[in-house]
Amino acid sequence: MSENKKTLFIEGKEVEFTDEPNLLEVIRKAGMNVPTFCYRPDLTSFGACRMCVVEVEYPNGRKVINSSCTMPPEANVKVKLNTEKTRRIRKTVLKLLLANHDRKCLTCERSGNCELQMYAQEYGITDIPYADRENFYPVDHSSPSIVRDSNKCILCGACVRACHEYQHSVLGYANRGSKTLVQPMNGRPLAESECVNCGQCVAVCPTGALTINSQIEDVWSEITNPEKKVVVQFAPSVRVAIGEMFGLEPGVNSTEKINAALKELGFDLVFDTNFSADLTIMEEAQEFVTRLTTGGTLPLFTSCCPGWVRWLELEHPDMTEHLSTCKSPQGMMGAIIREYVPQYYKEVTSENLVSVSIMPCTAKKYEITRDELKMKDGRQEVDYVLTTQELGNMIREAGIDFKNIEGRPADSPFGKYSGAGTIFGVSGGVAEAAVRTAYHMVTGEELKNVVINEIRGTNRVKTVELDLKGTKVKVKVVNTLKEAEKCMREIKAGKADYQMLEVMACPGGCINGGGQPLSHNDSNIKEERAEGLYKDDASDKWRKSHENPDIIELYEKHLEKPNSHKAHELLHTSYGNKRKDCYISVGEG
Amino acid sequence: MSGSTTIDFRAVDNILEKYNYDKSYLIAMLQDVQGIYKYLPEDAMTYIGEKVDGLSPSTVYGVATFYAQFSLEPKGKYEIKVCDGTACHVRGSMPVLNAVRNKLEIKQGKLTSRDGLFSLETVSCLGACGLAPVVMINGKVYPQMTPDAISIVIDTLLKEERGEE
Repeated sequence: MSENKKTLFIEGKEVEFTDEPNLLEVIRKAGMNVPTFCYRPDLTSFGACRMCVVEVEYPNGRKVINSSCTMPPEANVKVKLNTEKTRRIRKTVLKLLLANHDRKCLTCERSGNCELQMYAQEYGITDIPYADRENFYPVDHSSPSIVRDSNKCILCGACVRACHEYQHSVLGYANRGSKTLVQPMNGRPLAESECVNCGQCVAVCPTGALTINSQIEDVWSEITNPEKKVVVQFAPSVRVAIGEMFGLEPGVNSTEKINAALKELGFDLVFDTNFSADLTIMEEAQEFVTRLTTGGTLPLFTSCCPGWVRWLELEHPDMTEHLSTCKSPQGMMGAIIREYVPQYYKEVTSENLVSVSIMPCTAKKYEITRDELKMKDGRQEVDYVLTTQELGNMIREAGIDFKNIEGRPADSPFGKYSGAGTIFGVSGGVAEAAVRTAYHMVTGEELKNVVINEIRGTNRVKTVELDLKGTKVKVKVVNTLKEAEKCMREIKAGKADYQMLEVMACPGGCINGGGQPLSHNDSNIKEERAEGLYKDDASDKWRKSHENPDIIELYEKHLEKPNSHKAHELLHTSYGNKRKDCYISVGEG
Repeated sequence: MSGSTTIDFRAVDNILEKYNYDKSYLIAMLQDVQGIYKYLPEDAMTYIGEKVDGLSPSTVYGVATFYAQFSLEPKGKYEIKVCDGTACHVRGSMPVLNAVRNKLEIKQGKLTSRDGLFSLETVSCLGACGLAPVVMINGKVYPQMTPDAISIVIDTLLKEERGEE
């Protein structure tokens, strides 16, 4: 393509372009920008909002006004971004959008972070010449993860595209014209739908129409209650993203700052989910090796991603045998905290212990409510999940200077982690970490080159073939459920030649989860976050889960060995057919 | 809506089979389903969304609610279509419509009479502008309607129903 360089003119400046999919990308690469609601670089162009209109003059003198997100770049055209006409069009678009928009901005979750609000301000919309709407649709609070408020929807379709292109089209358009709505089947509550709670719709929504179901207030009331001991864990990918909310670059590792900020917020004990990611690997690698050597169900599916697990239980309940019985790192940490923290810390009892986790993920809010993860007395192992965004908001609310806070280590004995644990946050990381330990389990030797480049990066499909000293193993890694569906068909058709399948529902993995700081118009942010985790791995003292001294100690003192009876009781779970909970089972006996 | 009609999913399967489970025939599938039930039951739409590759319940619902030809509510035994195209409108279709509403006590925004016998909707041109205003009942065209005339037509249908012919 590089010999194929062509040029066009933007605001009089000559700009080279090659294979950019649309004019908007060329404009951005040239360091300029136009406003947009509906354009998301990782999704198909849609041209719904008309905010990105530009004036294009062809060499023959013909002039057109068109949306730059849907226009292929053409050589020698002259593009003007800000003309009398484009400004007028954008202002009209904004006024019409505001005409139908819930105007209670002050109390909106997205106030201060809303693209509609931002552009309305930038374009000097100080008056909406239309009456406020009279009828409001009910707000859907049914989902543990996502709140849907149609009154704030501008029909940009980003969520519908995300749901369709990444997952399995739970959100769709209904009706026509001014009555158009974005909703699940027939406006059913999200909790009754086949939604897997991934939150990618929330991540692309320009307004407050789709927001995270916040548990900030519940957590505040627990940490301000002197009777309660609040124990917190935070996930791998939180550390490379939260800094973005405080002026740090994406990918900067804030592990120690998070430890410190959590303490300052009033959490009593801070543990690292990276530790339980290592623990997951000990159990999952053992499970994999056992299945491999004893003819168990293969390929083994990873079970860390609750969106993927729920999807499998809904769409392919006959395949749940393949899932690793390991709880997710959040689930394992939840169990370990309940079981052992009261033994190590006298002031913590099973009655006053509150367990909170900080996750990049909205589906983790659903995961903790799963019946399979409840304790014998019916209580949840983890009480609350806050997303990275929610934690960032709490840190702001508390007035903590996150950027300059002095870091500190996590509490012991569940605070240390290996590089294998930290890469759980990016697609391919779980498989890579598992291979590092499985190699040791199979061969009794240590893997020399721990980095498996074939399954790194944010590509949707990755595979690698490994030789565990004579035992050949093929590992497949996919992200998004669209790709997972292809794998399920492959396996059912008997065409799968791999023994391990890692699935993460979000494109790129947890670093790009639905609860991460918003990164709307920059698809590079997820690459930088992934890079941050790889750097953390490279600089860690231990690169393999079985080298983590806290893990070694946990097995020596309590769990004996991976897949022991005690380990099974605490760290493993079960799955079921979830179709009956959802309308998709209509017509099935 | 769900549950108001018992759905014969085998009949729906036959329809899907007929179109080879090809999503590009969605509209034809929905027409066939509507052919059976006179409307699109929610469960049938969900079922299609789940069975046909590339569709989902919400996308089927999106198509069904986009086109005026599909009804999501059961229709009456007698489907009354009052034409409100331009020609009919200027020649007095609205008084005709109101006369039907009043006579059958169908409130604005409602589709069917309380006994479920009649359903009423407006359509945007039946292609019989020379006969305006036009009403169509179960496919039969009634030309040059007035409030009185449509009232007589409905009375006749009601008598037929009661077997008083």
